[in-house]
Amino acid sequence: MRIDMVVNGKEAGGEVEGRTVLSSFLRDQLALTGCHVGCDTSQCGACVVHVDGQAVKSCTMLAAEAAGSEITTIEGMANADGSLNVIQQAFQDHHGLQCGFCTPGMVMSAAALLKENPKPSEAEVRDYLEGNICRCTGYHNIVKAIMAASGQDVVPVAAE
Amino acid sequence: MYNFDVEMPGSVADAVSAMGREEAQALGGGQTLIPTLKQRLASPSVLVSLSKISEMKGVCTGEDGALCIGGATVHAAVAKDGFAGLAGLASRIGDPAVRARGTIGGSLANNDPSACYPAAALGCGATIVTNSREIAADDYFQGMFDTALEEGEIITEVRFPVPEVSRYEKFVQPASRFALVGVFVARFSEGVRVAVTGASEDGVFRWAEAEAALSQAFSENAVDGLSVPADGMISDLHGSAAYRAHLVGVMTKRAVANAA
Ligand SMILES: Cc1cc2nc3c(=O)[nH]c(=O)nc-3n(C[C@H](O)[C@H](O)[C@H](O)COP(=O)(O)OP(=O)(O)OC[C@H]3O[C@@H](n4cnc5c(N)ncnc54)[C@H](O)[C@@H]3O)c2cc1C
Ligand code: FES
Ligand code: FES
Repeated sequence: MRIDMVVNGKEAGGEVEGRTVLSSFLRDQLALTGCHVGCDTSQCGACVVHVDGQAVKSCTMLAAEAAGSEITTIEGMANADGSLNVIQQAFQDHHGLQCGFCTPGMVMSAAALLKENPKPSEAEVRDYLEGNICRCTGYHNIVKAIMAASGQDVVPVAAE
Repeated sequence: MYNFDVEMPGSVADAVSAMGREEAQALGGGQTLIPTLKQRLASPSVLVSLSKISEMKGVCTGEDGALCIGGATVHAAVAKDGFAGLAGLASRIGDPAVRARGTIGGSLANNDPSACYPAAALGCGATIVTNSREIAADDYFQGMFDTALEEGEIITEVRFPVPEVSRYEKFVQPASRFALVGVFVARFSEGVRVAVTGASEDGVFRWAEAEAALSQAFSENAVDGLSVPADGMISDLHGSAAYRAHLVGVMTKRAVANAA
């Protein structure tokens, strides 16, 4: 079947099977490989993208169900001039990534959180990241980056 | 996944007729069904998506004061608009991305023995409304992954009598994010109901002894000395039957203490 949607502000579409999940459509047909697939079973959050502003696990949504929606992936997060946006820059400044595999999902979840709750507490950040698994960092610097991106003092946040 | 067709009806009537196709299955938020299909544990030939049916989404108050939740309403919406005990339960299901897609109808249709919503539905004496009838929660849950739903029947709405105070306490199994044991306590003017999930091999159940004691005196102490037998409790690497039976008492006390 034919599906059309708006991805990162641009019209995008293609032919999909019923069983095509959104992560496969984004990666294989639109070449947006920043949408990572870690577990493919809705556990790890590496594949989180925004569908009509909501953070969802794109490995667990049919592409057909996203037809007509507005999708934002990590490729759509940078500023218009190509520089890193405030969350991405904070991840770099605060060493919020090591291998980087979880990072696209972390940034997309962080963006959804900060839209809902612009000044979250450390506990709220950790709670919101429940569905995003990182195997490298131990989370401290991810939490620190998100606190910094929200304009808060990060000194008391993490174990250095 | 084996391949299948996807239908996206815009009304309950169209969904019911689509469900008439051979080997059709309803698709709620897909948070359980899509992983199941990936494991090839099911092979429907057509999935009938309920996510575009606006009459099946949203939370409102009915004429009798009951809270009416559309069968395709996502957990995040109930977390916002439910009464205290129910909103608290919905806000702690899985994680934000699961709550943005997963639905109350999908959770109740699936009746996972560790799922949260069955405890609320049974604990409040909710009514499960389908495209063809109304089913009382006491008759609806029929054991692990088993319900009174017939082939092709769709949950269109769930009606919750609103308790005076209520609370869901969940001892989280951190790997799955489901309940190792969860207890929903609801106080109504007619008495108290207590429903337990995660513990029994028969799925969600009511703890009659605690209901009687709490109806007499709604305080933590009322539960002192009461216990559920470990017989028939789930036993796995996360917890023995005796441990789960113990947790039922602990979670019930916490639910009473925190009821609002
Ligand atoms: C990481 C993760 C963590 C989770 N944590 C929890 C948790 O803590 N607590 C908890 O309770 N659940 C948890 N869940 C499960 C989640 O709540 C699911 O959303 C829910 O169990 C299924 O709802 P769904 O809408 O996604 O249904 P689907 O997966 O789409 O469907 C499930 C079943 O219900 C049927 N169905 C769907 N909608 C209807 C309907 N309206 N009428 C009739 N049949 C229908 C389908 O045919 C299918 O058989 C978790 C899931 C994940 C992936
Ligand atoms: S790849 Fe989607 S949640 Fe892990
Ligand atoms: S940085 Fe490697 S998984 Fe998070």
